[in-house]
Amino acid sequence: MRLEIQGLTKRFGSFTANDSIDLTIEPGEIHCLLGENGAGKSTLMNMLYGLLDPTEGQILLDGKPVSFTSPSDAIDAGIGMVHQHFMLVPVFTVAENVMLGREHTRGLGVLNRAKAADMVRELSSRYNLAVDPNRLVEDLPVGVQQRVEIIKALSHNAEVLILDEPTAVLTPQEIDELMDIMRELKKQGTSIIFITHKLREVKAVGDKISVIRRGKVVGTAPPSTAEPELAEMMVGRSVKLVVDKEDAKPGADVLTVDHLTVVDPRGHQVVKDVSFAARAGEVLGIAGVQGNGQTELIKALMGLVRPDAGEIRLDGEDISRYGPRESLDSGIGYIPEDRSHDGYVADFSVRENLILDMYRSDAFSRGMALKLDAIAANADARIEEFDIRTESRESPVRALSGGNQQKVLVARELSRPLKVLIASQPTRGVDVGSIEFIHKRIIAERDRGTAVVIVSTELDEIYALSDRIAVMYDGRIIGTVSPDIPREQIGLMMAGALEGDTEKGTEVSA
Amino acid sequence: MSPEQSAPEKTGTDPKPDPEVHADLRSPVSWLPTVVETLAAIVVALVIGAVLVVLSDQEAIEALPYLFSYPADFFSASWDAISSSYTALVKGSVGSLDRLGTTLERSAPLICAGLGVSLAFRAGLFNIGATGQMVFGFLAAGYIGFTWDLPPVIHMLVALVAGVTAGALWGGLVGLLKARTGAHEVITTIMFNYLAASVLLFALSKDAFQRPGSDNTQSPPVADSATFGSVFDIHLGVLLAFAAAAAVWWLLERSTLGFELRAVGANPDASRTAGMNVARVYTVAMLLSGALAGLGATMQVLGDQASLSPTLAGTIGFDAITVALLGRATPLGTVLAGLLFGALSVGGVAMQASAGTPKELAQVLSALIVLFVAAPALVRGLTRLKTSGSGSTVLAKGWGG
Amino acid sequence: MSAATAVSDVGRVEVRDHADVQRQIKLVVVYAVVALAVLAFLLTTSDPTIWYTLDERLNRKENPPVEANGLFVLWPALAVSVVALALAALNRVPRDWRGMVLHLLVGVAFFAGFLVWVYADQERAGSIVMTNPLPGTVRLATPLIFGALAGVMCERAGVINIAIEGQFLMGAFFASVASSLAFNAEMGLLGGVLAGLAMAALLGVFAMRYLVNQVVLGVVLIALATALTSFLLSQIPNDPEIKAYLNEPLILPRIEIPVLSDIPLLGNTLFNQTLLVYLMYASVALVSWLLFQTKWGLRVRSVGEHPKAADTVGIKVNRVRWQAVLLGGVFAGLGGAYFTVGSTGSFDNGASAGNGFIALAAVIMGRWHPFFASMAALFFGFMWTLQSQLSFLDKIPGELLRASPYLATVIAVAGFVGQVRPPAADGEPYVKS
Repeated sequence: MRLEIQGLTKRFGSFTANDSIDLTIEPGEIHCLLGENGAGKSTLMNMLYGLLDPTEGQILLDGKPVSFTSPSDAIDAGIGMVHQHFMLVPVFTVAENVMLGREHTRGLGVLNRAKAADMVRELSSRYNLAVDPNRLVEDLPVGVQQRVEIIKALSHNAEVLILDEPTAVLTPQEIDELMDIMRELKKQGTSIIFITHKLREVKAVGDKISVIRRGKVVGTAPPSTAEPELAEMMVGRSVKLVVDKEDAKPGADVLTVDHLTVVDPRGHQVVKDVSFAARAGEVLGIAGVQGNGQTELIKALMGLVRPDAGEIRLDGEDISRYGPRESLDSGIGYIPEDRSHDGYVADFSVRENLILDMYRSDAFSRGMALKLDAIAANADARIEEFDIRTESRESPVRALSGGNQQKVLVARELSRPLKVLIASQPTRGVDVGSIEFIHKRIIAERDRGTAVVIVSTELDEIYALSDRIAVMYDGRIIGTVSPDIPREQIGLMMAGALEGDTEKGTEVSA
Repeated sequence: MSPEQSAPEKTGTDPKPDPEVHADLRSPVSWLPTVVETLAAIVVALVIGAVLVVLSDQEAIEALPYLFSYPADFFSASWDAISSSYTALVKGSVGSLDRLGTTLERSAPLICAGLGVSLAFRAGLFNIGATGQMVFGFLAAGYIGFTWDLPPVIHMLVALVAGVTAGALWGGLVGLLKARTGAHEVITTIMFNYLAASVLLFALSKDAFQRPGSDNTQSPPVADSATFGSVFDIHLGVLLAFAAAAAVWWLLERSTLGFELRAVGANPDASRTAGMNVARVYTVAMLLSGALAGLGATMQVLGDQASLSPTLAGTIGFDAITVALLGRATPLGTVLAGLLFGALSVGGVAMQASAGTPKELAQVLSALIVLFVAAPALVRGLTRLKTSGSGSTVLAKGWGG
Repeated sequence: MSAATAVSDVGRVEVRDHADVQRQIKLVVVYAVVALAVLAFLLTTSDPTIWYTLDERLNRKENPPVEANGLFVLWPALAVSVVALALAALNRVPRDWRGMVLHLLVGVAFFAGFLVWVYADQERAGSIVMTNPLPGTVRLATPLIFGALAGVMCERAGVINIAIEGQFLMGAFFASVASSLAFNAEMGLLGGVLAGLAMAALLGVFAMRYLVNQVVLGVVLIALATALTSFLLSQIPNDPEIKAYLNEPLILPRIEIPVLSDIPLLGNTLFNQTLLVYLMYASVALVSWLLFQTKWGLRVRSVGEHPKAADTVGIKVNRVRWQAVLLGGVFAGLGGAYFTVGSTGSFDNGASAGNGFIALAAVIMGRWHPFFASMAALFFGFMWTLQSQLSFLDKIPGELLRASPYLATVIAVAGFVGQVRPPAADGEPYVKS
């Protein structure tokens, strides 16, 4: 089925998210849509899938114009979508999720679960996507959940499959497997629209690469195009793909973690006997696929979750039992992974968010009374220093773009003297310009002698920033390596297939 | 998207455009829409109230079967009923200095309890328990008032402090339960209301609380030395209520505790991550909320010198919530809303006395006003008003899970 | 990201997590309290003779009361609680259904011991006889169960319904009016249902169309229902003739189901009740079946957990929510009808006495599952029956007794809530952007 997009435009009030987009997807083609965060890729796909109505323009399937009022229209027309944030009900089984919307019934509306399970097994073997139909989705690892999403789309006989940022949650090996799946689907005649912001991936699997920037398609390139050129198309100017930095001058151990164990509310050990040390003046990167215990590890370090065993020391002092207040006060800066949930208060102004964890200090309050002048002055200074784009310091943080919101958090943490900076996914959902800025500031902090711990699922970021890399898999740190390690090897470690350290000359073994 | 700033070395793209208007309370142009919405809600409620007045009027009902043959009868009877009811409502509440005084006195407890509910709302808590907290305030202030014997001003102060503290403790217990066990305050406060009612009945059955020479379940009124004292026949508790509003304003906008309260109410997760002790904030918020309700109780016991009885609290618990909602959980709004509902209440009694319309109508009006205020979209739809975009008035979320 | 952290057991460390420790502490404390209480009951009872009858109401001629030695209850109760305490102290209380059985046994031990203590040592021996609380329990639990079903339906679909109390009030009032007008008790049920539906419609409109905060909305709807029923009640003139048309309803009669009602003990409890109670049994079964076995139920649950996911497969989220809310309204209306047509007759202000909120507590305790919520409601029904039975004795002041169901609710909510998970999208209106 040939999918054509002609002059598709979407406006939200005065803001144009997609501007007159023209695109053609041939049958059996893997067409990559490359663009940075906020470029408008998701908006475009939401229109294709019936979640949004176009303001102007049309969509043609095999030459005939179609209009979708809801996803079921798109599904009926043969368009399937695998969302970036999975559209799966965690408390349902795989079979229930796949059959939702098109339930198999046994008369009187009674569910026919056996038939649904059979269908899942059939699709699973046909496309080589191993999945157990009767397991609860919330018990499945993320990579498997993604397979369920794909099966769900395929069960509706999708001829065009849209994959929205599918690789964010996969190890390098799983990414390769996904690409094999894509090639297999292509062989069976399905077209694929592969949305991503990762240059490496589009070159590996795409037949055509369309680059979208600020709502417009700026060009369609062949996969042979060089990465720097693609990056320039994405951002509109030449982009440094590597952070300029000098060698680290690591000092003493500042933060030491010994035999830390954390058990989740359901009784699973999600952090198992983890030990490491962060040194002053050095960036320690914790690499690993989402869901291997990094989140819980960081929460335990910050006192948001109580560790069930083990010790945490800061400059020798035992902080294992510290809550978030004491951790912050003892000189730890924290940029949480989910900024809208844990980082800022969306309805508070930029000014208020900038002191969210510091309003008690003498600088900003006298006893119970807030020093409003000092708080305002602080806000002005930070906005200037960190180039936070906002209408005024009173604007609610919810009105800022993702990159600027993140800069508010970075500004807040870096505006006081720190012994350790812990940054979890520091540039998730952030535009390239802000990424560069935040990376620069992190390195600057390191050079000031602070110990920096970065947790990231983006290998590029880990490689760019870290002086040492600890790989987490299955709740354990299975190896600490130097950044010269080849990607394949670190990928194997992230998948648990390899263990060991390359520090101190030890060889990595399988 | 508008073109990027010209200076290439600046970082970050333009801020995402926000379709909502951010209300800056300092600029009158921006809170005007809220005022307009509130007035519209009141008008719509009055219209519905008018319908109810007609339904409850003997003459109008009798004229209804003849609507098509003698429409004038029905309409004139209806108009009579409506105009006399609403006139009585207005005259009875603000028609004279004396009535105004009564309205102020009736509003004082509403304002205090409403402030308590507003404060809790801002912290993300639903305090439905104002009734129970006031009951404990009644009990404490009342007991000290009619049992102890102290010199005039001191007696009043001690009784006042007792009332406030008792309310604070009853409310704080709810906060503690929420902080320690996560028990949802909607259910616990309502249960605590029933528990307080039982305690009140129990107390009233004891000699210590019995009015001598009377068989009714009624306590004696407090001694004169414990009352607030009055000026122009208005007891000075009214001033206390306004002072409390000012104090709540200062707390919320200018203090560290208020900052924590608002942050926790808006995003407890981010607050916790930023080092705030959310459990402690919940407990303190409920303590203060209960204290304000206790203050409201003293208005009636030490101001009006009311006797304790099983029905003293009346519907004040729910009224306080409606006051807080109408007042958008802000101190100024709560004061204004408290005055409005106080007027409705006083006027309602007058309305029943002179126009024969049942005073429950005033209650229905109150509930309707709040319903419409909570749904500005509905009012806008009904009145074709173009006002600001924001929806819900209050920050609090669902079960808190 | 949507993923859970699904890690394996490889590399597992030997560690006692603090959640486990807290559970043990909680169990030890609770069991110790029960054991101490039963011990106190034992020690403070001088004459353990109690008189009981298996009937619901004492009928000395037909079924004379039986004398019993309370020690036969107190000692085993003490044994059970001590054994449970020992198990808890050794951290050997199982986490599965066997643990539930143990909790239940301890509960029974406590209440049995309590009843013996309360009925023993009477001034005139045998003057007050312990009657069978079970039929009363089922009856008084009926509105609670209906309310819980209403709560479950709404919340499983993602709409918070705090207004059950308001639905009860309106249901009670209009059931009374309908029954009085039609001179027929069953018509009263219809009146109640219509009133419940109307309130549900209000809830739906304001929650889903006007996007009002659902907890606020619930509270306001209750205020509206209270004010409205109060107003309408005051409108009913005192003239007895007119009153008979409007607020003197016929009450539902007891219907004895042949054969089944002859089963010893349970027969009288379960099968000698009014139509409303039988409807209640059917409703629990219906809701359980609907939610978990049918296509519609799957959609309802999906819409309450992840409405966006449901939307993306073509399910009309708000339409499904409307259906669930309205069905809930039917149950709430029936529950409200209990307070007039199903029990005492005329409507009075405050007819529902907070039962709507207790129903909510039952929903939470039952983890939003119709059957378990009904079990929780049954427990509260038992508390109500107990407090009315015990009011004849002087041992416990009446006001404290009257407060006991509410106190039990607080304890239940405080003890259970932290560990349960409401439907993920509960309270969030679904807006298509």
